[in-house]
Amino acid sequence: MTGTRHLIRLILRRDRVLLPLWVVILAALPAVYAASFAELTPTEESRILYARTTAAVPSIEAMMGPVYGHSVEALATQRAGLTLLILALINVLVVIRHTRTEEDAGRRELVAATVVGRHAPLGAALIVVAGADLVLGLLTAAFLGFTGGALLLGMSLALAGIVFAAVGAVAAQLTENAGPARGLALGALGVAYLIRAAGDATGSNLSWASPLAWSQYTQPFADETWLPLLASLGLSALLAGLAGWLSVRRDVGGGMLPTRLGPAGSTSLTGPFALAWRLQKGLLISWSVGFLIFGLAFGGAVSGATEAFNGNPELAELFARLGGGVSLTDTFIATLLGIAAIAAAAYGIQAALRMRAEETAMRAEPVLSTATARVPWALGHVVFAVVGPIVALLMIGAGLGLTYGADVGDMGQVPRLIGASLAQAPAAATLTGLTVALFGLLPRLTAVAWGILAICLLLGQIGALLQLSEVVLDLSPFTHTPHLPGGEATALPLLTLTVVAVALLAAGLWGFRRRDVGV
Amino acid sequence: MENAIEVSGLHKAFGRTQALNGLDLTVRTGEVHGFLGPNGSGKSTTIRVLLGLLRADSGSARLMGGDPWKDATALHRRLAYVPGDVTLWPNLSGGEVIDLLGRLRGGLNPKRRTELLERFDLDPRKKGRAYSKGNRQKVALVAALASDVELLILDEPTSGLDPLMEEVFRECIVEEKKSGRTVLLSSHILAEVEQLCDRVSIIRNGQTVETGTLTDLRHLTRTSISADLATPLTSIPGVYDLVVDGTRVRFEVDTDKLDETLKHLTSAGVRSLTSQPPTLEELFMRHYQGAAS
Repeated sequence: MTGTRHLIRLILRRDRVLLPLWVVILAALPAVYAASFAELTPTEESRILYARTTAAVPSIEAMMGPVYGHSVEALATQRAGLTLLILALINVLVVIRHTRTEEDAGRRELVAATVVGRHAPLGAALIVVAGADLVLGLLTAAFLGFTGGALLLGMSLALAGIVFAAVGAVAAQLTENAGPARGLALGALGVAYLIRAAGDATGSNLSWASPLAWSQYTQPFADETWLPLLASLGLSALLAGLAGWLSVRRDVGGGMLPTRLGPAGSTSLTGPFALAWRLQKGLLISWSVGFLIFGLAFGGAVSGATEAFNGNPELAELFARLGGGVSLTDTFIATLLGIAAIAAAAYGIQAALRMRAEETAMRAEPVLSTATARVPWALGHVVFAVVGPIVALLMIGAGLGLTYGADVGDMGQVPRLIGASLAQAPAAATLTGLTVALFGLLPRLTAVAWGILAICLLLGQIGALLQLSEVVLDLSPFTHTPHLPGGEATALPLLTLTVVAVALLAAGLWGFRRRDVGV
Repeated sequence: MENAIEVSGLHKAFGRTQALNGLDLTVRTGEVHGFLGPNGSGKSTTIRVLLGLLRADSGSARLMGGDPWKDATALHRRLAYVPGDVTLWPNLSGGEVIDLLGRLRGGLNPKRRTELLERFDLDPRKKGRAYSKGNRQKVALVAALASDVELLILDEPTSGLDPLMEEVFRECIVEEKKSGRTVLLSSHILAEVEQLCDRVSIIRNGQTVETGTLTDLRHLTRTSISADLATPLTSIPGVYDLVVDGTRVRFEVDTDKLDETLKHLTSAGVRSLTSQPPTLEELFMRHYQGAAS
């Protein structure tokens, strides 16, 4: 572990902006939720009603996890189920960024040749991330008044993060490149989430198989118990140990899975579009399959809600009122699709950023030195960044429609939910457009698109709860998407969003034609 | 015949850094032109301007009669470029990259491709990630040399090659020259430059400091002389760094003053004499260090 201290300082130096940002924002979320619940459900009666209804609706439990108790903080804790997911995601990405990505770029070699122990790079990354998680946990508790329950919630969040940091560390040892490592670890996160969702929706013990559930079964602000966190701690130690064990048994730069030889030539790589297809297809396939699986899984959970209502007309009436005359299943699906829209936008940004990655890795230069003009080269990637999210949304709509339709015996749900899902595409496309515009006009700031997506996510998640003004909420393109299915399908906002997206794309391509390449 | 590359008074700044500061460069059609300069002197920036990847702030650049920025796509059909630092797509095999770049340039000679793969001893089935620096460079070289183009722009193409492969590269360039292609070769390897280049341009701090054939450039430098004389001399007019040790003298002299100085020496009676012509190293060192600009 020699040199770990210096590497920790290197990581802190490189992440000096991002790290404090996600720690503070995520730590503040539960307190923000609590404040908004205090306002929205001021009486104990209303909170009991809220807790009862969400507990009765399997799809809500599937999405966020179970609700325990009915205090303001307890309701906020259930909401923090999504915070948990985001935190796990960030942990995976940060650990891989400081381990496998470094090896990919050849920078690890530079470090490995100095007085640095074999375990130091991995150890430093895990120490920084776990430290950040613990600080986040303490901050979460501090924001909620540092009670016993607040501390338990904070540590539950922190340990979920640490488990997935360790998952990322293992994935980083297995593959030779950062991309597949991210895919592997995020796949594991997706499976953990689905297992928890399925378990909670059906009220079975299946959830215990998911580390995400352990952090929710501590029941902060209700029947508090620290025991499940022992399991999280144990699994983290086990995985971190495994990652360390693997890391000394492989070559620097190598993976555990051997690379195969490729073809000696190619007849299919005929132009910039064919090249973009080769570079983008992995992303397209994994997002589409992921969206399809989530659609199928949640489509099944939705119908559970219908059953709950059939046995409880009182509840059904209450929710019909809450949803403004819209059926509860529709409200739920619309909420789910709102989240899917953000995820699809993330995919669009990721696909568009490949362009910038190609440029900074100096792989664009040899291609642009051939008879390939800049715009066709860029369009190869832009097509995937625009069409890819549409395909993914189509998949989640189809998935939802298939399982939900099969359950209620109405296959007309398939086109209906595909339509509702595709209505999210224009908002997602504006983020793609924004990324391309940044790439063309302010290339060094291309990654700022992630920050803007995060702001949109925050506005969507807590904007309404905070009762922010319309003007602020309107800044997010996702605010303008009609609430579908169930809501009124209006064409104008969709058209406007499409026009904005196209204008941003055009501006980006115009800028890219005129600027220096390789800056 | 029209010059392949004609650059004059080129300026390019990145923020506060002035990368090119009035650079001139003329490459005649059909010649192999050596492009030399210390690290960071602006060689790659010049090449990127010529490739239309960067837009110059001022000055003029003509490439095969066209404007490198406006006519980029049309010009790129007629040239092939090998970057100094070749990065490949990690999941594409070398053979796929060669075919891709060749096709994007507008065609590749399959016979030449096979032949070059053999000569450079390159396995085209390996994935981009598995290649060493030298092998990545070979991929780019094969793709460039197998393309049917008029101009080759090579940015330190042999910096990762072993001596054997360097030799193969030199043979290839000699063949390219014979078949009438123009080559702009940025290089630090002096033997390579001496063997291949018709003319060279030396740049420093974004400016051209010397252009001409190697013979031209040699004339501008000094010859080192050491001699043992019959009668000691204490001073010799017009020489540099004179060291007198009894009857022995050592000094440097401008090559065009050599005749005059030798006459002066023989008048004192020469018992032995060694004369060292300027080496290329000295020539370059002088320009690289900036001792006499």
